[in-house]
Amino acid sequence: MSTQTTTATPTEPKHLSGAAWALALVPLLLLGAMLSYLVATGGGLTQLASPPVEKVSVQRVSLPKAGIISVEVVNDGPQEVTIPQVRVDDAYFMFKAEPSNTIPRLGRAVFTINYPWVAAESHTISLITSLGVTFDHQIEAAVQSPLPSLSLFAQFGLVGLYVGIVPIFLGVLWYPFMRRLSSGAMNFILALTVGLLVFLALGTWLDANEFAQDLPTFWQGIPMVIFIGLITLGSLIAVSSVRGGRESTPLGISYRIALGIGLHNLGEGLAIGAAFATGKAALGTFLILGFTLHNITEGVGIAAPIVRQNPGLKHFVLLVLLAGGPAIFGTWLGGFAFDPVLATIFLAVGIGAILQVVWEVGKLVAKDSARLGKPTINWLTLSGLGAGLAIMYLTAFLVKF
Amino acid sequence: MSDSTISRRKFIGLGVGATAGVVGASLMTQAARAQGPNDYPQGEHSGHVNGMGMLVGKVDHARNGFDPMRLLVDWDYGMVSTLPGGQTLREYTISAGDQEVEIAPGIFFPAWTYNGRIPGPTIRCTEGDRIRINFANFGTHPHTMHFHGFHSSEMDGVPGVGRGEINPGESFVYEFDADPFGCHLYHCHAAPLKRHIHKGLYGAFIIDPKAGRTPAREFVMMMNAFDTNFDSGNEIYAVNTIGHEFARRPIPVKVGELIRIYLINIVEFDPINSFHLHGHFFDYYDTGTTLQPTLRMVDTIMQGQGQRGILEFKFRWPGQYMFHAHISEFTELGWMGMFNAVAPEKFGEALKLAEVDDEWDTKATKGSTVEAQSL
Repeated sequence: MSTQTTTATPTEPKHLSGAAWALALVPLLLLGAMLSYLVATGGGLTQLASPPVEKVSVQRVSLPKAGIISVEVVNDGPQEVTIPQVRVDDAYFMFKAEPSNTIPRLGRAVFTINYPWVAAESHTISLITSLGVTFDHQIEAAVQSPLPSLSLFAQFGLVGLYVGIVPIFLGVLWYPFMRRLSSGAMNFILALTVGLLVFLALGTWLDANEFAQDLPTFWQGIPMVIFIGLITLGSLIAVSSVRGGRESTPLGISYRIALGIGLHNLGEGLAIGAAFATGKAALGTFLILGFTLHNITEGVGIAAPIVRQNPGLKHFVLLVLLAGGPAIFGTWLGGFAFDPVLATIFLAVGIGAILQVVWEVGKLVAKDSARLGKPTINWLTLSGLGAGLAIMYLTAFLVKF
Repeated sequence: MSDSTISRRKFIGLGVGATAGVVGASLMTQAARAQGPNDYPQGEHSGHVNGMGMLVGKVDHARNGFDPMRLLVDWDYGMVSTLPGGQTLREYTISAGDQEVEIAPGIFFPAWTYNGRIPGPTIRCTEGDRIRINFANFGTHPHTMHFHGFHSSEMDGVPGVGRGEINPGESFVYEFDADPFGCHLYHCHAAPLKRHIHKGLYGAFIIDPKAGRTPAREFVMMMNAFDTNFDSGNEIYAVNTIGHEFARRPIPVKVGELIRIYLINIVEFDPINSFHLHGHFFDYYDTGTTLQPTLRMVDTIMQGQGQRGILEFKFRWPGQYMFHAHISEFTELGWMGMFNAVAPEKFGEALKLAEVDDEWDTKATKGSTVEAQSL
């Protein structure tokens, strides 16, 4: 075998002829025939027929106005499901289903139930199928779903501003201070940035999984998160390699950090908006304050790589907007049009983006350590890393509940 | 309205004065404002008595093979003959089987039935009659017929005593004298008992006193329920099986006439059931084994599983009168109906509304009479 491969190089046809294409069609045609046979006759498997399995999942519940509950249902079972009746708090109530209360596999329907829900109280919705199987969903505390209005739009925007833009802006304001630091101290700050990013990567991964687990089964949420994260990481590495092996510019690294943090903050905004819209959380001052404190270190991280080379005010503005702005966008999206699939995808992209900058900032730490004549992992960098993790971990106490 | 803003899910830090707190507060006020009384949707189905709190749609009774409205008055007197000693013999043929029953619009329950209906046939006789039940099991599981009444242990229809459980494809003859008079029931007693009952194997067993009862418009109501997801809790409650059926089709009655209800509770899993009549009071004969009421002037009675009794009352005024379990949960899960009390001249119209005919009226009013029993 090994001798043949070197001598007989297979000829490479430049174009595929029509006949070649026809060959490619043969398996497909046979597949079609096989499928038709199975559908038409059952393929001789009638003895294996088991009782029907019905499965649906509730995607989204909203309370558009008094006396109305709107429930979006996805059929993630193996076959069509009909939902003839709907109970709320152990009582049958009238409803309308759009487009139909018979939902095909992978299909969805919106049930509008005439139920006088009570503000701030809990309600349980139970969908009952034609075979009498029940699927329950709990509204933890009924809050009227925010309807898009200019003032609400502005208020959600304000929340995003406090959670995203303000802390990052404040963090970046340490830039002049950082410029006056010794190389050793700066190496500490860079290591701290790595710690911060590792914390964010892990947090984003956990958030993504939380959304992924609630997705209809067919989405295969967790593999989806892993693959999107890996593809993002790979793509970003590929993009930085396009520059023909040249070193990444410090400003480029800052932008990629800002992008990763931006995607993380988008997820944070989504969670805040969605939690409010579904009555799961109150937007208290304490919580907002917590996010501001928690996110302030992110600004330090963005500014750290460009300490030796001031890129000018314009770039600082852009960096802050890139990292903080998505929080505003996320809050809008979460509050008005929450989509768990989209949320999972955004967060998965965020994981990849953050991992990529962990790698790049890590290289900066290594380079700076080498310049100081020290190994990459020394007590200074290690304590920087630890400090980054600790700051993020401890300030998270304010926002985790 | 104001108490909504100070809800128990109070916003952390509300009142601190920071903008974010104000954001939360104003969002909440908006929600509270939206709950004004005029915003509630008024039922498009104005005919429904309970506003929006109802099952949606109709059951296909033809497909089920029985109509709960007709079961109210469907007395089964059996094949009547006279034994050599002069005793009346009533012979019944009853078979158990598996059948899918639409117990509420669109919800199909894998039931076990006597004679293809739930409840099974209402066996009606007079005290002292000889009852002979030719029972055949066409189902997929062993079944029995266990009657409430005086009988010897061989006729008790319980596993391990006498003939015990009747296997699929087998048959047995239950025979005993009707005693004592009253409102009784029968049900399957095969193991596991819980499942054999809640799957639908039960029916009414009414023994009239020798002297008869005062002529009245009579109904048999079996309070039952179905555990459709088999979690030992019921999803649908009803009288005569179909949830909210008598709310959709109010039962026609005449103002001033005596109404008699044979009421039986067979609901599984829940310890008690009850019957409450709106706007009126009734006399109650516990188990129906006395000729004098055991309770006078009540509007609600309570029954445990297997408990039963007779209700007697008259409607004073025309109108729609609700009756339901005064266990609100059961009411809203299907056990609620209406009487449509009308003046005699409007009765034909009321019958039409309930989708029944003169034959139904005859059966309702002649249930305990000699003519009916010799039909």
